[in-house]
Parts: sequence; C-alpha cells; structure tokens
Amino acid sequence: MEFFRIRRDIPFMRHALVLNVISALTYAAAVFFIATRGLHLSIEFTGGTVIEVAYPKAADVGKVRETVDALNFGESQVQNFGTSTDVLIRLPVRGDVKQGEVVARVFDALCKAEGSSVATQQLTTDKGESVSKPVCGTLGSEPVVLSRSEFVGPSVGSELARDGAFALLATIAGIMIYLAFRFEWKFSVAGIVANLHDVIIIVGFFAFFQWEFSLAVLAAVLAVLGYSVNESVVIFDRVREAFRKFRKLTPREVIDHAITSTISRTIITHGSTLMMVVSMYLFGGPTLHYFALALMIGILFGIYSSVFVAAAIAMWLGVKREDLVQGGGPTKETDPDDPNAGAVV
Amino acid sequence: MNRYPLWKYAILAIALLVGLVYTLPNLFGEAPAVQVSSGKATLKLGPDMVPRVQQTLAQAGIPADFVQFDGNSVRARFATTDLQIKAKDAIGQALNPDPTDPSYIVALNLVSRSPQALTAVAARPMALGLDLRGGVHFLMQVDMKSALTKKAESLTGDIRTLLRDKNLRHAGITRDGNKVEVRFRDRETLTAAQNLLLDQLPDLQWAEGSDGADLKLTGELKPEAARRVQETAVKQNITTLHNRVNELGVAEPVIQQQGLDRVVVQLPGVQDTAKAKDIIGRTATLEVRLVDDSAEAAAAAAGNGPVPFGTERYVERGGAPLIVKRQVILTGENLTDAQPGFDQQTQEAAVHLTLDARGARIFKDVTRENVGKRMAILLFEKGKGEVVTAPVIRTEIGGGRVQISGRMTTVEANDTALLLRSGSLAAPMEIIEERTIGPSLGAENIAKGFNSVMFGFAAIAAFMCVYYLLFGVFSTLALALNLLLLVAVLSMIQATLTLPGIAAIALTLGMAIDANVLINERVREELRNGASPQTAINNGYERAFATILDSNVTTLIAGVALLAFGSGPVRGFAVVHCLGILTSMFSAVMFSRGLVNLWYGRQKKLKGVSIGQVWKPDGGTTPAQG
Repeated sequence: MEFFRIRRDIPFMRHALVLNVISALTYAAAVFFIATRGLHLSIEFTGGTVIEVAYPKAADVGKVRETVDALNFGESQVQNFGTSTDVLIRLPVRGDVKQGEVVARVFDALCKAEGSSVATQQLTTDKGESVSKPVCGTLGSEPVVLSRSEFVGPSVGSELARDGAFALLATIAGIMIYLAFRFEWKFSVAGIVANLHDVIIIVGFFAFFQWEFSLAVLAAVLAVLGYSVNESVVIFDRVREAFRKFRKLTPREVIDHAITSTISRTIITHGSTLMMVVSMYLFGGPTLHYFALALMIGILFGIYSSVFVAAAIAMWLGVKREDLVQGGGPTKETDPDDPNAGAVV
Repeated sequence: MNRYPLWKYAILAIALLVGLVYTLPNLFGEAPAVQVSSGKATLKLGPDMVPRVQQTLAQAGIPADFVQFDGNSVRARFATTDLQIKAKDAIGQALNPDPTDPSYIVALNLVSRSPQALTAVAARPMALGLDLRGGVHFLMQVDMKSALTKKAESLTGDIRTLLRDKNLRHAGITRDGNKVEVRFRDRETLTAAQNLLLDQLPDLQWAEGSDGADLKLTGELKPEAARRVQETAVKQNITTLHNRVNELGVAEPVIQQQGLDRVVVQLPGVQDTAKAKDIIGRTATLEVRLVDDSAEAAAAAAGNGPVPFGTERYVERGGAPLIVKRQVILTGENLTDAQPGFDQQTQEAAVHLTLDARGARIFKDVTRENVGKRMAILLFEKGKGEVVTAPVIRTEIGGGRVQISGRMTTVEANDTALLLRSGSLAAPMEIIEERTIGPSLGAENIAKGFNSVMFGFAAIAAFMCVYYLLFGVFSTLALALNLLLLVAVLSMIQATLTLPGIAAIALTLGMAIDANVLINERVREELRNGASPQTAINNGYERAFATILDSNVTTLIAGVALLAFGSGPVRGFAVVHCLGILTSMFSAVMFSRGLVNLWYGRQKKLKGVSIGQVWKPDGGTTPAQG
C-alpha cells in the first residue's frame, strides 16, 4: 500500500502567500479572542475549590446550584462532569471563608438537601484496604457521594501561572538556540514562528470556546510545541539535503521538493500520533478530555504550520544555498555569518 | 552491511530481559495484607517482629504467604480478604494486650502479588498516585518567618545570660523582628561584649550604631545561619509529620519536602480530610520532671503500694514503671536543639541538648539542688505521657548545654535526639492545597488510562502492520519494547504513576512511532530510487537517524522545560515524557534495526523487502515481497 503517489513536486509555495494571509488572520483572531474573552483558567491557576459529587440518578444541577449558592461562598459554577450523574462544583477563593472547611460544608449542605446527614465511617474496600470517609446517609445507598475535592490556595495558583510562563519561554529559547545551531537563524525564526502560531491557535480555541485551561492543558501545549518543531526539523533537513543535491533548483523549488518528499511521512506520523490522542480523547474520561483536545488541535495545526508557515517564512526570509551548504553555491567562500559554516551532516 | 556484531544483539537481549523483569511486578496486582507498624514514637519496630507475627499467625492457624520486614513495618500477605481480616484481629490481640493504649498499629493494607524472586532483585511495581488510588493530598507551607523569629527570641535570651555571666552591664536588650539590639553606656563594655558575642554566638553578625546617648549593637542571623534554621525547621516538621501520620495506620504515606518551604503529605486510602487534618495538626509536648526515689515510690513502682502524693506513675521506655513528680521543671519550649553524639570522656553514645537562656537558668538551679537524683524526660502524645529517658544527675549543669548519656546505643541516642527534636513542629504550617480523590474514581481513572493506551497502541499497530507489512511488524515490536522499557525504567526509579503519567506514556508512544515511520519511508524512498534492498535498508536507517536525533532533541527540550518549571501533575507528565523519548531512541532505532538485521542480514542475494508496495513514478510498482 502506498498512499502518496506523487509524480512531480507539488508547488506548495505557489499558494504560500494566500495561505500565509489566512494564517495571519487566524492568528489575529486567536489573539483577539484571548485578549477579549480571556482564558477560563482552572483553579490550579486561580486558586479556589473544586468538588465533584456523584448522584445515583441523573443529577438536578439547578437544585445543586441553589443549595451551593445558599451557602454564600461567592460566585459558584455548577455543571455536569462527564456523565449526567456526576456534578462538578467550582468555588472561588474567598478571604472571609476558611478554605479548609468549604468542602465539608458544601457536602454537608448537599447531603441535607437530599434529606440525610453526613457521618464519618470506617470501611474496608473489597481489595482489603481500610478507608475512612465521610458518608452521606447509609453506606451502599447514599443519595450523594463525594468523589473528589480539591482546594488550591491563591499563592500556589499565581506561582503555577508564573512557572508555566517560564516553561514556555525556556522551551522557545531552547528550541530556537538548537535550530540556530543545527541549521541557521532563518530556520530558527521560521520554526519558532510556525510553532508559536500553533500554540496561539490552541490557546485561541480554549479562549473562544471557554474550555477549561488547566495545568494538563499547559503540558499538552508545551508537548505540542516540541512535537511540531520536529515537523519543521524534518522539512528543514530535507531542504538542506536538496540544496546539496540539486544545484540547479531555485530555493522555492528546493522547498517544494523537500515538502513533497516528506509529506507522506508527515501525514503518517501525525496520523499515528493522532490515533493515540483520539484514543485518549475517547477512553480517557473527563480528566484527560481537554488535554487530548489540546493535543488534537495542536497536531492538526502542526501539519499545516510546518508545511505552509515554517517553510514559507524561511522562504520569505530568503534562505539560500550558501546558508546551508558549504561551498555548494556559486560563491566558494563560506559565509562569515553562517553559524553552520563548515558543518557537514 | 546489515549485520550486527554479537555484542549488539547481546545488549538488545539484555535490555529485553531487564525490561521484562522490571515490568512484570506491575502485572501481578495486589493482594490483601496486614501491616504492623509502631504506634508510638518511642517504640521502634525491628526485624524481630517477624517471628512474633509468624508465631501469632501459626497459633491462630492462619496461613500467610509470607511475613516480611521492610524497614519500618512488618507485612504479612494473605490469599483472601477473609484470612486478612482474621489475621488482623489475631495480630491485634496478640500485640496490643490493652486495646485502649495500642503500642502497635495493625492495619489492613495491600501488597504486590509479585513473587519473592522478583522482589529479591529489587523489581517492585510502580506506586499508584492518589488520582489512581484514592486518598488525601495536602500541600503545606511552613511559616519560615516564625521559625526565624523563634530563633531570634531564643538568641535574645542567650545573649542576656551570656552578658550577665560575664558581668557586662548593658542598658537593655530588645528584639525587633529578627534583629536583636543590645544597648551599652560606654564603648569599653561594647567592645568586650562584642568580642564575647562573636565568640560565643557564631550564628550572629553584629553591626555597631548609636541610639541617642547610648551605643548600640544590632545582631542579625547570618544568611547561612538563617538558611540552616529554615532547613532544620522544614526537616523537623517533616519528622514530626511522619510520627503523626504513622498513627493513622495509612499504608504508604508520602511526606516530602517540595521547594524550599513546602511539605507535601499524601495519604492513600484516607478519605476523611477532617480527621487527617486533626492528626497532622496536633502537637506533642515534652516535659522534664524529677523522679521520686523514695521508698514509697519504689513500692508503688513495684505495684505494692499507692502512688505517693504529688507524683504520677509513668512507664519507662522498655516497660519499667517509674514514679515521677508532678511538678514540671521544663517543657519542650525551652529546648532549642537535640543532637546525637558521644560523651567526650567515656566515648559512650549521648544526646546533646541545647536549652534556651531561661531553660538553662532553671536547669542549672534544679541540677545543683538535686545532684545524685534522677530526672525524667517525658513525651506527651494524645494526652498520654511516656518516659523517654531518666538519667541520673551527676553534677550541676549550667550554660544550657545538657548531655544525656549512659546505657544507650548509638541508635538509641539517634532516636532519642530525633524524638526530642520532633516532639513539636518547629514552625507552624498552613495547608495551601488540598485534594481528595475517592477510591472508585481512582479505579475508574486506571481503567480509563489503561484503555487509552491499549486502544491507541492497537490502532497504531494495526495501521503499521497493514501499511508497512513486515517492517510494520518490526516497528510495532519496537514500539512494544519502548512501552516495556518505559514501564521498567519507571518501576526501577520507583516513580509514582498518575493519570497525567499514563497520558504521557500514551502520548510518548504516539510520538515515538515517528522514528519508525521516518525510517520506513526512507527505506522505501531508497528502493524507489533503485537501490538494492540491502543498501536501501542500510541507507534508510543511516539517513533517517540524523533527522530522528534532531526531532527527539527538540521534543526533549520541551520535556526538560516542563520538568524544570512544572510542579505536581505536570512534573509527573514531564518525567515520563522525557524518559519515553530516551527509551524510544533505543528501541526505535537500535532494536528495530536489530530485528531487520536478524531477518534480512544474512541473505546475501536479497531480492526484495517486505515494506509494502513501493510505487515508482516512472511507471510500474515493486510488489510487496516477503
């Protein structure tokens, strides 16, 4: 089986200008949405409390919201999580409420709303682990179960946001330095612009749809950054090779050739990774939902951006044979500005 | 050209074997067990507990798979939950004759079902994170400011005592935040005092100044001393937390320092945050009292008479009863440090205590008046007191430096010092992050994580095998080895597996196949350009390698950045991601090449390779061949 039966180089770069304009517009739109709508940050960043409760039957979200609002913990968010029986409650940090007690009080109120009361019970799981937990009503037929709770102090949140920004900057700087060292500054700039484009677009999606931006999503974004730079690296590798092999081709033709000869690998690789990510999206449950979603968007845009954005920017920056191949061009002297002068691969 | 020397095959075989051995323990699951750990800070559990537990079980007629000691607890594994519960009751009755005051904690637990042979080569399963197992997580911030203030306060007292002892008249000592100000009327005293303080209190640095008519010395903790104070504070808090958490009978508590001033506490299996908070927030207190050596007291201790008026009966470490006066001489608040060491004359193991100025003064007076008598150091926990040690007072002890020695082993000296230090928290802590995860949610998360990896892997494997035929099979095997090695490495470093970790495994596998796609595409391309099969294989691998290296380096850069700046779940993700990239370099390149070499390498006149159809633009295709 061979999916890609390409007779001659596809003139990708002929459409580069149009596509780059589209890219620029998408990019601007993403920036616009991030600026205007902002991100729906998870409590890991903002601080606050998250409580996940499970009901035996489909939960009455309205009633839960009323019960929670009656406690006056500030602006709460109540929504279904994964299934109709699970409910997620988010509460902001409030100076006047002791955070440590919020979970117990909310659960208590929810339990009372079901006409029962909370008591701590010692029980042994079927695996033989002994567990003590607050139980609403009688064990086995609880009207509401506390599945998970999380409280993050505001100082932790702001630190995480700062560390996330540092991680992003370190990744960008590291990749740029590596590309500049391995190839040439034009590629380094092109590669990073293309991949930031992916990052901004993922974040733009999260801003537009107001999906929850959590630490896991941040990890996904950074993983995408590293991953889609791969893509550009593979193409740049080929560009260098083609410059060396085909002396008569213009830079534009060289880039077209490089993309054409790697397109099959690009699509198969991304397809494979995408299969894994889709599997995570389908089977990973609500915890991995947005993580997988961010990866999916990142991978799809990664294909596009490395072909049309990275290569095109390298072309606009005027990448030449002399930049990459020692003595390969008409001028036999090495470019004094080329950090890769003399590098042989 | 496509042959590996024997040693390369040997490396591959060893990697495969090591991978298998260290991955295996994860597959056995867990079996019910009973864990016995010490219930009192003063009681140390040793390997001698193993025969006791074995004997108890034999008497009760309960068969155990094994009973073993693992550093600080003894675990016995059972075939069924029924046996486990029976064993818990039997062991509990045998070890704790008085159920209201248990010396040992007997808790239900889970241990790996993996065979002893694997455990013997340190092959243990990965620990499951709270999100996969259920439990409570606390992140606590140690209040460093108050640790420093406490230190400054005790230094202020020390300065006062020092100056008084040397008869240097000062015009007032005050503490302002973490600074200590000492005023003097004349320069002579100031110089003398400065020399004395520099000599006696090396932790402080002094600055001269003037305040109206008075001369002033301002002392401040040296930066390295301040750092030491903070480090000790965190360490002491961790030790204290350990002691307290042990009482909860939690199977595998995690108590770790995070960053400079934070402590993570994870208690698997505990769902009740309120109780957990209550226990870790409790304080233990230390008291120094005198022992009553009168005849009535001796009779009372032996159980032959009533306890004399004004005294109390406590149990000494080792079980002997002791009659101690009610009057408290000193409390733990006066103790600034306790370190194990040796007696300078006898070279016996000893514990060196440092008291603050007030404590030193009281101690001096009390010891002067009670030479030849015994003094008891008691530790109160949960409202119950126990005598840690009861040494005889030999001489008057001044200067606030006390040495406890006599009939102590080095280990005992260490434990006592630790205990005296860890009686209370060095600095208050505040919970800044809290998470509870229900056990059913944890089990669900495991299933979900496992399913994502399994279905994703299956999809990739199916596609690769169909698209690249035999080379696809090799790629799939390489990917499987990658998974195997990754799990093995994670088990070897005893990483804690979390849901983000599983996600990272899935993602890393999805990305790792890239290397094989690159190789296979290159081999096809070489074939398309008319290279002979053997050359095509060789060139395909050689040429793809540079690209694979490049792309893995960029991925690794992102991974390392996450590792450096990430925290909590992101860190877990990053660790797995980085390790996965490294193992993939080995499996995707070297292992798959090994398989290809093994299969095709010996065939001198190779006509074709099974890499799927290679289409040529100049008409005609090379059909797939095996």
